Amino acid sequence: MVKPTKPATYVASGITSVGRSKTYRRRGLFALKKKNNGKFPVHKKAEKPAPAPGKPPRFYPAEEVPKPLSHRVVRKPTKLRESITPGTVLIILSGRFKGRRVVFLSQLPSGLLLVSGPFKLNGVPVRRVNQAYVLATSTKVQLPKLDLSKFTDSYFKAAEAKSSKKGEKEFFDQSQAKKKELSAEYVNNQKTLDAALMPALDAEMKAYLATSFSLKDGDRPHLMKF
Amino acid sequence: MPFKRYVEIGRVAMINYGPEYGKLVVISDVLDQSRALVDAPGRVRDVVNLRRLTLTDYKVDIPRLAPKKKLNEEFSKAGIEDKFKASSWGKKLAKQANARSMTDFDRFKAMLAKTKKNRAVRTVLNKMQKTAPAKPTKAVAKSRK
Repeated sequence: MVKPTKPATYVASGITSVGRSKTYRRRGLFALKKKNNGKFPVHKKAEKPAPAPGKPPRFYPAEEVPKPLSHRVVRKPTKLRESITPGTVLIILSGRFKGRRVVFLSQLPSGLLLVSGPFKLNGVPVRRVNQAYVLATSTKVQLPKLDLSKFTDSYFKAAEAKSSKKGEKEFFDQSQAKKKELSAEYVNNQKTLDAALMPALDAEMKAYLATSFSLKDGDRPHLMKF
Repeated sequence: MPFKRYVEIGRVAMINYGPEYGKLVVISDVLDQSRALVDAPGRVRDVVNLRRLTLTDYKVDIPRLAPKKKLNEEFSKAGIEDKFKASSWGKKLAKQANARSMTDFDRFKAMLAKTKKNRAVRTVLNKMQKTAPAKPTKAVAKSRK
């Protein structure tokens, strides 16, 4: 262990109380010199790149090419709220499924939460939700081993089919309007997941998930425990 | 009607404000018109505004500024804590605290139990109403004719 060096004491700003020789002793520089065969260690100078062969170009480029700024931002993965763990029952607070109670399955790399109703109980399919729009309850479901490898971020993106622009004519011609059909694979994935999830839920829990949450008269949400 | 509960030394009161809500304390000394020195087992004796106290029916037999030992002794001897818990006031507080600690799932289960109970009551009531003798209101209706 190297003994920590005592800081210098100053007589006035810039003037130390002891001279150069004593400072040399105080800092223990002799030991450093001894260690390196009587010389102070020096950083090796970085080698200069060899000049390019041939003549340097005679002209500078006429147009400035904008160089992109270097980004040093590291995207941190979204921190999952402590109250949310796999199996936690969540209450969705916004969107189409607001008020529904759903089961949290896992967090996706994008930071969004993977949840499912299950669909059979309350009509909420496997879905991504932002944890900001969710209320975590203290109720937890003991989840069985689930195969969630299919449900990636890209799985949900693929589900959003590109909408072709409609002209005025098509817009008013409702007879052409077709109901979008879900792919058989999508439906199947939901069914297999539901089948795996269902045995983990008892009758009471099923009824609980099937009903949606709403505030009643006299409820004070800031004082309520969830 | 005379008062039954007085601000006096040894009077047990409940704290009705703040984080200590629902705790029982004993008045150890009365400082002035609005403040009292209160004490309780497991509590540091301090001054509390009388507005933050609700007086109870109970009293502990202690002298003014009783030492902690004496207070603890008298408090447990009188069985104040148990008496209060058994009273309807204490039961109400316990019920409120219980309701406050209920989680969402608990509330749901309570709701189910309540509907089940109400349904049972209703079926019995309907049965009774069916088999009950004719209502006296009919006679009133006749007399009006």
